[in-house]
Amino acid sequence: MWAFTLRRLLYAVPVLLGVSMLVFALIHLAPGDVVDILVPPEVPKEIADSLRQRFHLDEQLYVQYVAWLGRLMVGDFGVSFFTGRPVAEELFGALGNTLVLALPAAVLGFLLGIALGALAAYNHGTWLDKLFSATAIIGVSLPHYWVGIVLVAIFAVVLNLLPAQGMGFEGLPTSWEHVQHLVLPVVTLSLIPMGVISRLVRANVLEILSQEFVGTLHAKGLFSRRVLYHTLKNAAPSALALMGLQFGYLLGGSILVETVFNWPGSGGLMNLAIFRRDVPVLSATIVVLAAIFVVINILVDVLQALLDPRMRR
Amino acid sequence: MHSSWTRRASVPVAATLALGLAPGSALAGGTLRIAMTASDVPTTTGAPDNGYEGVRFLGYPVFEGLVLWDLKSADKLADIRPGLAERWEQDAADKTKWVFYLRKGVKFHDGSEFNADAAIWNLDRYYKKDAKQFDPPGGAVAQARNPFVAAYRKIDDYTIEITNPRPLSYFPNMLPYMLYSSPAQFEKTGSWAEFAKAPSGTGPFKITEFKPRVSVTLSRNEDYWDKAKVPKLDKMVLFPMPEPTTRLAALRSGQVDWIEVPPPDAVPSLKNAGFEIVTGSYPHVWPWMLNLAKEDSPWKDVRVRRAINYCLNRDGLVTLLNGLAEPSVGAFKPGDAQFGKPKEHYGYDPTKGKALLKEAGFGPDKPVKAKVMISTSGSGQMLPLPMNEFLQQNLKECGFDISFEVVEWGTMLVALRNAPTAPQALGSDAMNISLPPSTDISQLALYFLSTNAAPKGRNWANWKNEEFDKVIDRIEKSSDPAEILKDTQRAHEIIVDEAPWAFIVHDRNPRAMTKKVKGFVSAQSWFQDFTSVDME
Repeated sequence: MWAFTLRRLLYAVPVLLGVSMLVFALIHLAPGDVVDILVPPEVPKEIADSLRQRFHLDEQLYVQYVAWLGRLMVGDFGVSFFTGRPVAEELFGALGNTLVLALPAAVLGFLLGIALGALAAYNHGTWLDKLFSATAIIGVSLPHYWVGIVLVAIFAVVLNLLPAQGMGFEGLPTSWEHVQHLVLPVVTLSLIPMGVISRLVRANVLEILSQEFVGTLHAKGLFSRRVLYHTLKNAAPSALALMGLQFGYLLGGSILVETVFNWPGSGGLMNLAIFRRDVPVLSATIVVLAAIFVVINILVDVLQALLDPRMRR
Repeated sequence: MHSSWTRRASVPVAATLALGLAPGSALAGGTLRIAMTASDVPTTTGAPDNGYEGVRFLGYPVFEGLVLWDLKSADKLADIRPGLAERWEQDAADKTKWVFYLRKGVKFHDGSEFNADAAIWNLDRYYKKDAKQFDPPGGAVAQARNPFVAAYRKIDDYTIEITNPRPLSYFPNMLPYMLYSSPAQFEKTGSWAEFAKAPSGTGPFKITEFKPRVSVTLSRNEDYWDKAKVPKLDKMVLFPMPEPTTRLAALRSGQVDWIEVPPPDAVPSLKNAGFEIVTGSYPHVWPWMLNLAKEDSPWKDVRVRRAINYCLNRDGLVTLLNGLAEPSVGAFKPGDAQFGKPKEHYGYDPTKGKALLKEAGFGPDKPVKAKVMISTSGSGQMLPLPMNEFLQQNLKECGFDISFEVVEWGTMLVALRNAPTAPQALGSDAMNISLPPSTDISQLALYFLSTNAAPKGRNWANWKNEEFDKVIDRIEKSSDPAEILKDTQRAHEIIVDEAPWAFIVHDRNPRAMTKKVKGFVSAQSWFQDFTSVDME
């Protein structure tokens, strides 16, 4: 098991290196750089160029990349070109804000997805199956930023029950007023994982229910609840893999949902860094998010291997 | 300030903000909550980013210049007034030199004194590259907005002298763009990044809380030097909210009291719901700058340039924007004293436009083909896509075959800083970019002087007019206000008649607010005064 985990961790190194190179190259492919955005239109080229030299943007791309990577290796994320603030401060603050959204959204989405999927499969062909399947399809199909806007229009503007935007607190929510700020973005964010998981669980459970061992379990006189346990256990590995991916997406922060709700999370930070061409912030954000993504997937792999010994081979 | 998000959970101010943002919560004695269009809290060092919106909110309310804008009147174009300098004079013997007599008794928010040493220290911040306090981004902006500081020196504790490279009568008009921060606070904090977390200026508001990407709170400066302008508000909380629908929802749900730039489509519903739509009328052109340097430019013929100005259906565009803009027929507005009496009176006159095109050799079988660089969004760009599509359709009827090069804002800025013939222009024949407001001749000189032709300066069109250059030269050397006004009018007449730009609309600087906001006077300027505002 340890060898399996170690191997997975080693695979992560080239992945992260590749991601960092790709990000660095892509942001430099876009026209303009941070100086073009940082200084207003009236700043002439000569002055903008002198600022560019100060940021070492006039150096070869590989020189900039190696210098950045060298600093990253010793844990120095650098300083934002745009704000002058330490990137680590901006990044981990934003990641924390996203985590506050992603965790409840994941829990809500996964629980609902598993419940709806399993119930739909167990009631295959009935109106309940159709209802739950339709709910899952709606969750996957509707653009979640649009759902967010509709929820804001209903619950914030018309009913005035919940805040329309903003986080309204720092760190963790400690009161109902804080939780109010979470409700709409969490519901919006949970829709896609709910729909995706529900579809997968339904399909898996249906496939498992048609297998011979389920008939054997019934023939042996097991209660339906016990049969359900075995069914879900068999459906778990693939659902887990998907949940890992979905949680990774949620942690990356949804740029659109964070924009609609003005949530100061990692998606918004990344969006801002792209528009500002703020290389230190963008590179660090993407590499850290990629690292989180890789770690989550390793954890999922390990969990899958624990659940299904065949996976260790 | 915020080293870890978990630690922040214990910050007591969080509860205060949460209360401030709770829907429908009661206002705590004069707190005004404003949603800005900025994507982040503008820099709080006294050299705000986020364009002139940054200057509006994190500039003048907190930091001040030697010269300030007079923003108390809605009836006339905002002029300059004494700020940290109580008076100034141009050296009669050597007109390149200006002496500024600094105001005594002015203190920064940290309690330190504003004097000549502080003023020189700030000038070093912007202009002296080896100074400890040199601020590269702030310096770049200051040098661009005020490229005429050749030298400066302290005369005594309350007097300084600034030297220009050439006589420049409008130099004081350029000084409101340079704001002064506390040297003592910089020494205490050690860097501009740290200073930004605990800023100190001399303005009527002081920054009491700063949360990157979330909000900044300004509180009344009880010790403000101008007792008549001590703010009525207890606090002003500013939120960056770049998404228009989010700003709209925040206003409609009671999370903020005031939003900048409401979406035009929302204006009728906001009015019906009892919100105030406040607009201002001031010169802030949203133009097409015509590329006159391109070899095959159709605009080289002045008749074509005039034709497009006659063919523009500005009123139709204003209707499209629900009145959040007004027609522009020059860099100034016809009611402004500086407008003058140009020969060309642009209005929607397609017949005249077509006749001019015919004279220039164009017609229904040979339309004027032009590619215009437009952005998807950007500072001061209003709604570039639908507005330009409207103009494309409008101009087609007149004989213009307009196509677009749609680019992202950053790409447009790159093109703007390069020559119009450079590859960065992507072969464009014009550029739709709203440059900073031009309420005085200093800005127009920067945009239109031939010596400022891009890539050297802001004259992207590369328009050259000898008479205009001579008039500006006379203005720069003059000390007589009447003569300066007369020449400003002449300079503007030339701009209108020669039409280096297609003048389309003036931005009306719209904002929507609840009826609880009282005492706001919409000055004829991009900048506004918040000291008179009160909450009911």
